[in-house]
Amino acid sequence: MIAVGVSSHRKEGPEKLCGVAKYIDDYKLPGCLFGVTLRATIPHGTITNIRFDPDFPWHECVIARAEDIPGENVVKLIEEDQPLLTEGRILHAMEPILIVGHPARDTAYQALGHIAIDYQEKTPVLSLEESIALKGVLYAPDNVFKRILIEKGDIGSGLATADAIVEGEYRVPYQEQAYIENNGVAAWVEKDGTLVVMGSMQCPYYVHKAMQGLFPRREDKIRVIQTTTGGGFGGKEEYPNMIAGHAALLSIKSGRPVKIIYDRHEDMLATTKRHPARVRHRTGVRKDGTLLAQDIEIVMDGGAYVTLSPVVLSRGALHASGPYECPNVRILAKSVATNNPPSGAFRGFGAPQTLFAAELHMEKIAAVLGIDSLALRRRNLFREGSVTATGQILKESVGAFKVLERTVARSQYSKKRAAHDRWNRQRHRPTWRGMGLAVVFHGAGFTGAGEVRLASRAGVALTKDGEIHVEAASTEIGQGTSSMFAQIVAETLGVPYEWIRTDTPDTGRVPDSGPTVASRTCMVVGGLLQRAALRLKTAVEELQDNFPRTERGLKEAAKKLTKGKPAVHFVEQYAKPEEIAWDEDHYKGDAYGVYSYAALAIDLEIDKLTYEVRIRGLTTAQDIGKAINPLLVEGQIIGGTAQALGYALLENAVFRNGVMQNAQFTNYIIPTTLDTPPMRVELVEEPYSRGPFGAKGVGELPFDVPAPAVAAAVFHATGLFIPQLPLLPERIARTKRDQTAR
Amino acid sequence: MRGAPRSMEVLRPRAAHEAVRLFGRSPEAIPLAGGTDFMVSWNAGLLNGRTVLDLSAIKEWGRIRARPKGLSIGSLVSHWRLQNHPVVQKDFPLLAVACATIGGIQIQLRGTLGGNLANASPAGDTFPPLAVYEPVVHVVSAEGARTIPISELFTGVKRTSLRRSELIESIEVPFLPKRPRRQRFWKVGTRAASAISKTVAAGLLWMNGDGTIRELRFALGSMAPTVRRLHHVEGFVTGKKPTKKVLDEACALLEKDVAPIDDVRSTADYRLEVSKNLLRSFLDPNYRG
Amino acid sequence: MIRLRVNGKSRSYRGDAFKRLLDVLREDFDLTGTKEGCGEGECGACTVLVDGEPVVSCLIPICQMAYRRVETVESLGAPESPNVLQEAFLVEGGAQCGICTPGFLMTAWAYVRGGGDDDPAAIRRVLAGNLCRCTGYQHIVRSVIETVRERNRRRNARLRKTRRKK
Repeated sequence: MIAVGVSSHRKEGPEKLCGVAKYIDDYKLPGCLFGVTLRATIPHGTITNIRFDPDFPWHECVIARAEDIPGENVVKLIEEDQPLLTEGRILHAMEPILIVGHPARDTAYQALGHIAIDYQEKTPVLSLEESIALKGVLYAPDNVFKRILIEKGDIGSGLATADAIVEGEYRVPYQEQAYIENNGVAAWVEKDGTLVVMGSMQCPYYVHKAMQGLFPRREDKIRVIQTTTGGGFGGKEEYPNMIAGHAALLSIKSGRPVKIIYDRHEDMLATTKRHPARVRHRTGVRKDGTLLAQDIEIVMDGGAYVTLSPVVLSRGALHASGPYECPNVRILAKSVATNNPPSGAFRGFGAPQTLFAAELHMEKIAAVLGIDSLALRRRNLFREGSVTATGQILKESVGAFKVLERTVARSQYSKKRAAHDRWNRQRHRPTWRGMGLAVVFHGAGFTGAGEVRLASRAGVALTKDGEIHVEAASTEIGQGTSSMFAQIVAETLGVPYEWIRTDTPDTGRVPDSGPTVASRTCMVVGGLLQRAALRLKTAVEELQDNFPRTERGLKEAAKKLTKGKPAVHFVEQYAKPEEIAWDEDHYKGDAYGVYSYAALAIDLEIDKLTYEVRIRGLTTAQDIGKAINPLLVEGQIIGGTAQALGYALLENAVFRNGVMQNAQFTNYIIPTTLDTPPMRVELVEEPYSRGPFGAKGVGELPFDVPAPAVAAAVFHATGLFIPQLPLLPERIARTKRDQTAR
Repeated sequence: MRGAPRSMEVLRPRAAHEAVRLFGRSPEAIPLAGGTDFMVSWNAGLLNGRTVLDLSAIKEWGRIRARPKGLSIGSLVSHWRLQNHPVVQKDFPLLAVACATIGGIQIQLRGTLGGNLANASPAGDTFPPLAVYEPVVHVVSAEGARTIPISELFTGVKRTSLRRSELIESIEVPFLPKRPRRQRFWKVGTRAASAISKTVAAGLLWMNGDGTIRELRFALGSMAPTVRRLHHVEGFVTGKKPTKKVLDEACALLEKDVAPIDDVRSTADYRLEVSKNLLRSFLDPNYRG
Repeated sequence: MIRLRVNGKSRSYRGDAFKRLLDVLREDFDLTGTKEGCGEGECGACTVLVDGEPVVSCLIPICQMAYRRVETVESLGAPESPNVLQEAFLVEGGAQCGICTPGFLMTAWAYVRGGGDDDPAAIRRVLAGNLCRCTGYQHIVRSVIETVRERNRRRNARLRKTRRKK
């Protein structure tokens, strides 16, 4: 292989490294207005009056309100329940009310301080418990946005035949994506009436669809362009629909270009976060640890509007039983409405929440049975031929055992467990030490029929001047899309990586390849590009014997192939592999085409005086099918792991009356260089026959595995089983105090 | 970014006497040194329209001078310079260590000791070391100069006993008469680096030949509106041996000198438990919680 | 008017005295390489060098920068000719989304130029005021280690050449 499996340099690396790459706020838009958003300060109620201070120079401003929306006042996503701007009803704090534009950024912000809102407050529902208890009905009839039931075998008889039944309840909190570039968008209308939206985003075609609903126009009269994006992690999957709508509305109203760039405080306060969840397990096991029955209940806090809650719930439910085979499974999952800001996508998308519970519950089961948790995992772990909770037979590419055994070996897991047991018995030691393990799986691509519905398209073009372009809407957000696509195409054509350009995702220029989410970019869209490249290769080889090996040869072949046209395009569309069969109504069958697997062992110590946790070592092995670019894959694993360590140990979004109290980096704590350990990463490749060069998915997988490993290590270190995140020192201290008191 | 540059008036004295004069004439002005606290509020749009007294050009206040009785530190000395100064490292090591825990290197290079003192955050990392080293703060105004012992400087959350138009020009830290048997600084922050403290502590201990405590100085930050010396504990342990009984009582007495709260960073319970552990382990290095 | 040196050139600024250094660089001098991430001095994305020292430009009013020597990411190299640090980041994968990268490069450059060691612990300490959400820091640390080693290699090569000439 000449291009795949190579740690090629990032395509857009030089521009980023030299400060030349332009992020949205780097663009100067002459004559533009800076837009700011007036937001509700209460979680539930109605607006009775909006008063503008007469002493403020409003004539310098332009104000856009709900009534200015030419189309429907809805941000289209799964359901059509979320308004772009409220028409009076407030369902969450920070709900957008109106947009103020002014040529000077600071004056625009000042304007907000000169608008007073009067409310009639209603009792808010501020937690998933309050929602289930129907403290108020926000979403008829019972606050449930979505229900999912997965059943396999017979849960009743499974539990009845068990030697032991182990119960547990697990809770995970909000988590803020904390991309270092805040949300930002610019919008303007061209002379020919085309609405152009440009900004930081993961899914230009989602924005395109949302703009069409708000500002009805012919499809080609809306153009959405992704600018260099400073991180997304799901936080820019659908939220850009909202901010783009605001910018576009103000631009249409004012007749001027508009820029809306959030500052950190507003971004943390107002945009989506990871769904908090409560997961209950009731597991029937044989004495030897064989799983007989898994009865799982999941509740997620979806916030005030549906947004992506049904899909997050779906992925969460489909991963809730862990990477283990069990004959009898029941998973009942609900996403409920509250008056908290809407929850949304964040790397892992439901799976980190339910896998935290599943993996930590394995530790509990092992403790109850008095067996080793590694042995428990080995006894039940997926292998080729295993049947999942939805009845899917895992036919190929099952690296579960490989990643587990590689991690166990390389981390010296068993040896360290024993050494730490000895250390912890010595009372004079200043710390407790623990070694924890977890193993997870993560489905690549959209669930079930999702990819069919998306019907993604992506292609390769050869211009008359001999340039090879990748044309796909998948966005580069740091994970390496541009490079990886170029490598796949280069390998297929048998040409150098440097010959391939990856075009900017611009809906005016590239087809709809679907969103850049769900660990699908390489496997699904990369797969389409591989096919498209093959067609280009075949087309050229029909004119001459071989695909050119020199740039001059390529230019000559291009002239021949394009026959005077600017370029020839080869576009491929997603076709579901025949062998994938999914029943959406009963949640049975092949939920995902294939799964990636990861195991992680963490060695940590806890200070006996301050309960602070320090990570001593971290080892992981991850099966991603094929590493198109090993350096980028390793980067994804280390980065995702660091984010999950934040989830496990540091990140605590504090809410009061539906408003985040620590909406700034000063008090919302993400890991620094000194909080993140050096990591030993091993890439395992169990190729997937339907993935380009065997590749599966890697974007989200690394996030699923660290948090339960950390909780397991804390359990090992202290004997304290803490089924909650984050494992702050305060929580460890309180749990110890409560236990000592008993 | 909500600061409005147009709305600000900036006074830029070149020398100390000019600063004093300008501040006397415009007492509503806000003194500005390194800006690491001021500019955060300014960026949030909270200080628009104010007058700023930019002190950063005053060279006299940027000097560190070793004198026979102690070290004179100009109010505009940065935390970076302070932590790297040989006399600070040798004679006031807790101060050096504390300076190295403030934010990241970018903040340490800009933030000043005087600015930090005037800002009077309950969580100031250098305050417990200063509280135990017992410096005096030299302040100056159009009315004249005055000296404030550190124990009288902080009066509440972000409040000092500085009068209108008074500026801090230096602090004078006296050399300790005898080298302590033990000295320690701890910061328990929200993460390993660049963090605000949940509890921050400094201790100095002198022992007698017979194993009794000659003198204890122990201070806690982030445990009350201002940094607190544990006077009750210090008085109690003087002349006693650090037995388990004495330490039990000392920990109980700790509560009399602090008033920890629950906030977005931590809880009162945790802060109290940890500060007791720190005190105890300082007096009994074998203590393991 | 405020005179200062930016990336080796003498520049003058005639606007509001309290405009932030970050905004003067980005808006008045068209140097958009330096980024804003938080406005609180926490994330370090806005780090530039002032008189060779890394500081967060979002917390500095321009009136304090008279006659100072400011260096931004644009002073390190260009896409066709990256400097040794930028080259190392490219090879070792130190940049993913890139928004934090200019800030990291400036802090790291001050460290490298100041003779910092290829010691990962020391490197992590000096970079603790720069936040990254994408990389988990490991590739960044490797990039700085490789830069120190490469600079040492080049310096040793130059010394050997000089000695041979003698």
